Amino acid sequence: MDAALSAFVSIAFHGVAFAMVLYLVSVGLSVTMGLMGFVNLAHGVFAAAGGYTMSTLMVRYGVPFPIAVIGATLAGAALGVVLERLLYRPLYGADELDQVLMTMGLVFMSMAVAKYFWGPTAQPFYPPAALSGQLDFGFRTFPTYRTFLIVSGAVMVTVLWLGLERTRFGARIRAAVDNRRMAQSVGIDTSTLFTLAFALGSGLAALGGSIGAEILAIDPAYALEHLVYFLIVVAVGGLGTIRGPFFAALLLGVSDTGFKYLLPEFGAFFIYALTLVILLWKPRGLFGHA
Amino acid sequence: MTTNAKFHGALAGALLSLVLLVPPALAQTEIKIGVISTLSGPTSQPGDEMNKGIDLYVKEHTKDLPAGVKVTLIYRDDTGANPDVAKRLAQELVTREHVNFLAGVVWSPNAAAIAPVATEAKIPFIIMNAAGAPITRLSPYIIRTSFTLWLVASPIGQWAAKQGWKKGYSAVSDYAPGYDAEGGFTTAFTKGGGTMVDKVRIPFPTPDYVPYIQKIKDSKPDVAFIFVPAGKDATAVMKAWNDLGLKQAGVTLVTTQDVMLDEELPNMGKVAEGIVSAGTYSNAATRASNQIFINAWQSAYGAGPIPDFMSVQGWDGMHAIFDVIKQTGGKFDGEQAMKILSNWKTDDSPRGPLAIDPATRDVIENVYIRRGEMVNGKLANVEFDTIPNVKDPWKEANPPK
Repeated sequence: MDAALSAFVSIAFHGVAFAMVLYLVSVGLSVTMGLMGFVNLAHGVFAAAGGYTMSTLMVRYGVPFPIAVIGATLAGAALGVVLERLLYRPLYGADELDQVLMTMGLVFMSMAVAKYFWGPTAQPFYPPAALSGQLDFGFRTFPTYRTFLIVSGAVMVTVLWLGLERTRFGARIRAAVDNRRMAQSVGIDTSTLFTLAFALGSGLAALGGSIGAEILAIDPAYALEHLVYFLIVVAVGGLGTIRGPFFAALLLGVSDTGFKYLLPEFGAFFIYALTLVILLWKPRGLFGHA
Repeated sequence: MTTNAKFHGALAGALLSLVLLVPPALAQTEIKIGVISTLSGPTSQPGDEMNKGIDLYVKEHTKDLPAGVKVTLIYRDDTGANPDVAKRLAQELVTREHVNFLAGVVWSPNAAAIAPVATEAKIPFIIMNAAGAPITRLSPYIIRTSFTLWLVASPIGQWAAKQGWKKGYSAVSDYAPGYDAEGGFTTAFTKGGGTMVDKVRIPFPTPDYVPYIQKIKDSKPDVAFIFVPAGKDATAVMKAWNDLGLKQAGVTLVTTQDVMLDEELPNMGKVAEGIVSAGTYSNAATRASNQIFINAWQSAYGAGPIPDFMSVQGWDGMHAIFDVIKQTGGKFDGEQAMKILSNWKTDDSPRGPLAIDPATRDVIENVYIRRGEMVNGKLANVEFDTIPNVKDPWKEANPPK
C-alpha cells in the first residue's frame, strides 16, 4: 500500500510539473490566438527561439541561468515585434486559411533556420547547481528543477491574471479585439496595442520554452512537434482566457501522466480522447466565453 | 542588319567559341555511385553522419584507385522515411545517371522499396544503415555494412543474464526497430536464464518519460532494457531515470548504441554516466584503425561534428566498393561486383574486423559492451567487453523458406 501511495504521489508531482511547462508555453498562445483572434500556428517558433537563446547564452557565453532566461524572454518578445510588423499585421482580419498557411510556412522556415545555425541535435540544457539535484521535503524527495517549474507556473498564472484581467492594458486589448473600430474611435491606439500584445505572447512563449527545456527539449522540430499540445491546452482551456489554459494544462498534464503510468501501452491516447469529450461537451473550452 | 539580327549573330559567335573551348574528353573510366540518403528535413542527422563517412573515405582513398579510374558520388535526398520517393530516386539514378552502384539509405522502408530496382537493373546495392533484419533477403544484389537491431540487442541480453540478473524489464518505442530490439534482448536474456517481468511498447510522441520509468521502478526488476530514438527521447529517459532514483533503487539500465549516440552524449551530461550499452562502434575506441579514422575525420571536418556508428558504416561501405574497383581495375558487371562484395572482409574497419557473410550477404562484426564514462573531461562510451564475430541472430532463428 505504501508503495502504491508513493507511486501516486510521484505521478501527481511529475504530472503537475509537466502541466506547468505546457501552461508556461501555451499561455502566450492564449494571448495571440485567444485575445487577438489570429490563428497563430507558429507559436512554438517563439518558444524555440527562447530555448535556443537561453542555451546559447548559457553554454557558449557562460551567462548565469536567470539572466539567460530574461535574455531569452526579451529575444522572444523582440522577434515577436519584428514578425508582427512584417508578417502578421497584413493578415489581421484575413481569412483563417491564409493565417494558417502563413504561420505554418513560418514554422517550416524556422526549422530550417534552426538546423542551419544550431545543427539537427537537441540543445544541451544543464540546470544551475542550485536548481539541480533533489529537494528534501521531509517525507520524501522531489527533483529540484521540477519543483521550480511548478512554482514558476503558479507565480505566472497569478501575475498574468492580475495583469490582463484586472488592468487597463488588459481591458484595452479585449476592447480592441471585440470591436477594433469602436476602440479606435474612443482613442485607443490599436496598432501599438496589438504589437505590444503580440510581443507579450511571444515573450511568454520564449520564457516557457527556455525554462521548460528540461522537459520539452529544444531542437529544430520543436515548433511542429509540440504544436498539438499547445493547441489542445488553449482549446480545452477556452480561447481568450488566462485561467483557462492553467486548469486545462493541469487536467491534461496530470491525467496524461497518470494514464501512461496505469496503462503504458494505451495511456498516451487518453489525452486525445479527453480533449474530444471536453470539446464536444463545451465547444468553446472550459472557460471560454459563450 | 537590324540590331536584333546583329545580336543573334554575336550570340551565335559566342556559342561557337564556347564549343571550341571545351577540352577533348579524357580517356577515363568513371564509376558512378548513386547515394540515396536523407539530406534535409527533421530526421536528417543520421544521414548527415553517414554522408560524412562516405565523403571522408573517398577523400582519403581516391589516391589508391587504379590509374584512369574516377569515382563520382551522386547524392539524392529522400527527405526521411519515404519509400515511394526513395524508389523514384533509385530509378532515376539507374536510368538517367547509369550508376554502377546504389548505396546509402538510412531508413529500412526506403531500402525495401529500392531492392526491386537493384534486382531488375542488376546493380549492387550497398546498404549503409537500414537495419531491418529481413532486408538483405529482398534482393540478391544487396550487401549490408551496418548492423541489425537483433545483432546488437542480443549480446546485451546475453551479457545481462551473465551478471546473474534474474528479473528483466523491456520498454521500447512502439515502432519496428523497437520490436526488433525487444526481440533481441528478451530472447537472449531468457535463454541465459532470466525472466521478463514485463514488456512495454511506448507510443510516440512522448515528451516526458516519467510515468514509464516510475512503472519500471515499481516492478522492481534487476535490469531494464530501454530502446527509444536517440536524441531528445534518449536524454529524456536518462533524466527521468535520474530524477526517480532508479540507480539507488538497484535497477541497472541497459540499451544499445542507437540510444547512446556518440554525438548526443554531450547533451545528456552526467546522467549518461554508468549506463551500459551494446554497440558495434564507439568513437572512443582505442584500436589503431579507429585512431586513423578519427584523425582523418578531425582534419576534414574540424572538432565540431562528432562521428558515430553511422559514419563508420558509410566509411566501410565505400571501402567495399573501392575494393571492387581496385580488384577489377574498374571494369566489372553487376554479377562480378556481387561476387567480390559477398565475400568481402577487412581487418581494419574502425569497428575492428568486419566481413560480409556470403550466405546472407549481411554483416558479421564484433559487438562491444560499453559503459558511459568521463574520459579527459568528456563523456564517452568506453568498451570493456567484446562479443566477437556476431551474425544476425534473427536470420539464424528464421531461416529462409
